Amino acid sequence: MRLKYLALTAAVAGLVGVSVPASNAFAKDSLFVPLFTYRTGAFANSGIPIANGMHDYLSMLNARDGGIGGVKLDIQECETQYNDAKGVECYDSVKNKHPVVIGPWSTGITLALIPKVTVDHIPVLSMAYGLSAAAVGADFPWIFNPPDTYWDGMSIALKYIAEKEGGFAKLKGKTIGFIFLDVGYGREPIPLLNDFAKDYGFKVKMYPVAPSQMQSQGGVWLGVRRDRPDWMIMWGWGAMNPTAVQEAARTGYPMDHFLGVWWSGSEGDARPAGEAAKGYLSLNFNAVGTNFPAIKDIIKDVVNKGKSQTPKDMVGENFYNRGVVNGVMIAEAIRNAQKITGKKMIDGSDMRRGLETLQISEQRWKQIGLPEFAAPIHITCQDHDGHGPVYVQQWDGHKWVKVSGWISPVKDKVLPLLVDAAKDYVNKNQPWPKRTERCDDGTL
Amino acid sequence: MLYREVGQYKTSYAADQALLPILQDKIGIAVLLLIAFVGVPLTASDFTLNSVLIPILIFSLAATGLNLLTGYTGLLSLGTGGFMGVGAYACYKLMTLFPHVNIIVFILFSGFFAAAVGIVFGLPSLRIKGFYLAVATLAAQFFLSWCFIRVPWLYNYNISASIEVPTKMLFGIAVTGPTATSVTRYLVVLAIVAVLTLLAANLVRGRTGRTWMAVRDMDLAAELIGIRLYQTKLLSFAVSSFYCGVAGAMLVFLYLGNAEPSSFDINQSFLILFMVIIGGLGSLLGSFLGATLIWGLPILLRHVPTYFGLSIESAKVDQSTFMILGALIIFFLIVEPHGLARLWQIGKQKLRVWPFPY
Repeated sequence: MRLKYLALTAAVAGLVGVSVPASNAFAKDSLFVPLFTYRTGAFANSGIPIANGMHDYLSMLNARDGGIGGVKLDIQECETQYNDAKGVECYDSVKNKHPVVIGPWSTGITLALIPKVTVDHIPVLSMAYGLSAAAVGADFPWIFNPPDTYWDGMSIALKYIAEKEGGFAKLKGKTIGFIFLDVGYGREPIPLLNDFAKDYGFKVKMYPVAPSQMQSQGGVWLGVRRDRPDWMIMWGWGAMNPTAVQEAARTGYPMDHFLGVWWSGSEGDARPAGEAAKGYLSLNFNAVGTNFPAIKDIIKDVVNKGKSQTPKDMVGENFYNRGVVNGVMIAEAIRNAQKITGKKMIDGSDMRRGLETLQISEQRWKQIGLPEFAAPIHITCQDHDGHGPVYVQQWDGHKWVKVSGWISPVKDKVLPLLVDAAKDYVNKNQPWPKRTERCDDGTL
Repeated sequence: MLYREVGQYKTSYAADQALLPILQDKIGIAVLLLIAFVGVPLTASDFTLNSVLIPILIFSLAATGLNLLTGYTGLLSLGTGGFMGVGAYACYKLMTLFPHVNIIVFILFSGFFAAAVGIVFGLPSLRIKGFYLAVATLAAQFFLSWCFIRVPWLYNYNISASIEVPTKMLFGIAVTGPTATSVTRYLVVLAIVAVLTLLAANLVRGRTGRTWMAVRDMDLAAELIGIRLYQTKLLSFAVSSFYCGVAGAMLVFLYLGNAEPSSFDINQSFLILFMVIIGGLGSLLGSFLGATLIWGLPILLRHVPTYFGLSIESAKVDQSTFMILGALIIFFLIVEPHGLARLWQIGKQKLRVWPFPY
C-alpha cells in the first residue's frame, strides 16, 4: 500500500512539475547559440561527428579568443533524434531565449520550422540541406542553405557521371539508379533528376528506402541486381549509409559507379564494408584531416582539456570537419553581423543581415586557420545559397581520397527551377509574408 | 470527510443517473475546466502550451479513441497511427479542395473519413479476435503508412511528401499556421477535446457503451441477450477511428504545423497503446492520465537537470530519460496493473472513508 501512495505522489508531482514553465535564466552577456543535434537513435552514427565538430569549433573560439568580438557564445545542445516532433519541441524550448541562429540538422525539421521562423524572426542556417527553394532570398529572407542546395548536388553528381561517360550526350539510353531515404530529405532532389533525365534521355530507377528499413535493404538491392543500372546515386543518412555500401558490395555492384551525396560520405559509412567498399564515391565540400591550424587549436584547447565528447581519433574525420564548416559559418556570420550593426550583442534580426552578406573568401579561410578547407562562400540577399563548387572523393579502403577537381553545379539549369519552386511554395502557403526585411548589399 | 456522497439525496432518476452524481465531483470538474480554460492561458508559457499541453490534449483524445475500442469493446488495435493519419490527410485534402471553409469544420469532419476507413479495417473483427485481430489492424497500419508515402495525390504531389499547413483564420484570428498564437491553438484544441470527451463519457454510460462492454466481457453471452455483434463491433471501430482521426488532424494542423508520413507510423500506434495501457483500459480518465505520463514525463525529466543548475549533455539526458521512463512504466504496472485510473479510484475510495479507514 505504501508503494501505491508513493506512486500516486510521484504521478501528482510529475503533473505539477510539467506545468511549471521550463525557462532558463538567459545570460545577458553572451550570445545564445543552440545546436540541434542527435547523438541517440538510428541517425546517431551520422549525427555524432557533426555535433562534435560544431560544438568543438565554437567552444574553441570561446576558449582561445574569448568568444566572438569579445562576447562569449552560450552553446547548448538540444537532442532531436532526427525526429520532426522533437525538433519542433527543441525549437519551442529555445525560441524565447533569443537564439541568434538555428541549425535544425534535418530537412524534415527545417521544413517544419520555415514558416515558424519567418514569423518569429530567427534565421535558420541549413547548411547544404533543407528546402532547395529556400535559396531564393526574395521569398525566404530568414532561411539560408549554403554552400549548395540538393539540386546543385544532384546536378554535380550527374555532371561527374557525364564526365566519366564522355559528356552529357553519352548519357542517352543509360540507366541511373537513385537510392534514397524515403523522407523529405531523400525526395528533395528528385524533380531535378527527372528534369535531367528528360533532357538527356537517360532512364531513372527509383529505390526508396523507408526509415524503418534502413538496416535491411536486401529487397532494394535485389532490385538493383535485377535492373543493373549503369550508375547508382545515393541520398542516404544515418544507418542507411553503411548498410547500403555493404549491400552494394555484397551484390557485386561496381563500387566506382556508386556515388553518394555529401551526407553519404563519412568514414563510418564506408569503413564497415571493409576492403569491399574500395572505390565508393561521394561528394564533399570540405577537407578531411587535422592538418589545419584551427583544428590543431581545437585539439589543444578543447579536446585535450576534456571539454568535448569527441574521441581524439575522430577529430578530422569527414563529418567532424563538416561540423566545423557549420561552426565557421555561424561564427563568421556573427562576426559579420557585429561589423554591420556595430553592436556586440546581436539578435536574430542582426544575424540575418550578417548571414545575408556573408563572404568567406579563400584568404579568409586562411586567416581563420583553415586554408583550403572549403570553397569560398558568397551569399547575397538574392541568393541565400551561393551554389559553390563541390569535389568527388573516393574510399581507398582506409580513408577518403580526393579524386576530382572542384565541380560547379549546372547553375543555368538549377536557378530557374529554384525560382519556380519558391513561387510554388509561396502560392501553396498563402498568405505568405512579403519580404519587408532590408537588404544590405543592394541586390534586391 | 470532505469527499463523501452521504447526505446528497437524489429525488429523481435523472439526478441519480447524472454524469457526475456527487457534488464534490461537479465542483472538481468545474474547477479543472476553469483552470484549463482561463487559468492556463493566462499564466502558462509558450513552451508549456506548445510542447506540453497541446500534445498531451491531442494524444489524450487519440488515447480516448483507442480506449473506446480496446478498453470498452475489448478489440485490440495497432492501427491507431494509421487512423490518425487518415484524419490528417483527409483534413489536408479537404482544406486544399475547399480553401474557404472554416478549418475547425474540416478538423471535425475529417474524423468521418477515418471512421469509414476504420469500419473497413474492422470488418475482420467478427471472425478473428484478440491477438489475431491485432495483426489484422497491424496490416491496416502498414497499408495506410504505405499510402501516405506512395499516393502522391494525398499530399498534393509535394516534392518532400510532407503536408504543410498554411495560416487559416477564424473570426479574424489565426487558428492554424505560423501566425497562430499558442494560446489560440491551445483553446481550440481544449474546446474540441472537452466536447468530444463529454460525448464519449455519455456514449460509454449509455446503451451503446453497455453493449460494447457486454461484448468485451463475453461476446457469446452478449449475442445471446440480443446484442448484434457485428454492428456493435463495427460501431466501436467507427467511433474509435473518428476520435483518432480528429486527433490526427489536430496533431498536424494545431500542433506540428507540418507532417511527414513518418508522423503516423507504427511507433505512433504503440505510443497511443502504451498511453491506454498505462492510463487504464476502460477508463476515459485513464486516457488523459496515460497521455500525461507518457508525453509529460520525458519532458519533465529532460528539464530536471536545468532546474538544479546542472549542465548534463543533452544526449545523456535523453538516454537516461528513456531508462527512467521505462523503469517507471514497469514500476507503475507492478504496483497497479490496472493503470493510473485505478490508482485514482483507490485514492477516491480512501478519501471516502477518511479519517476512519476500515
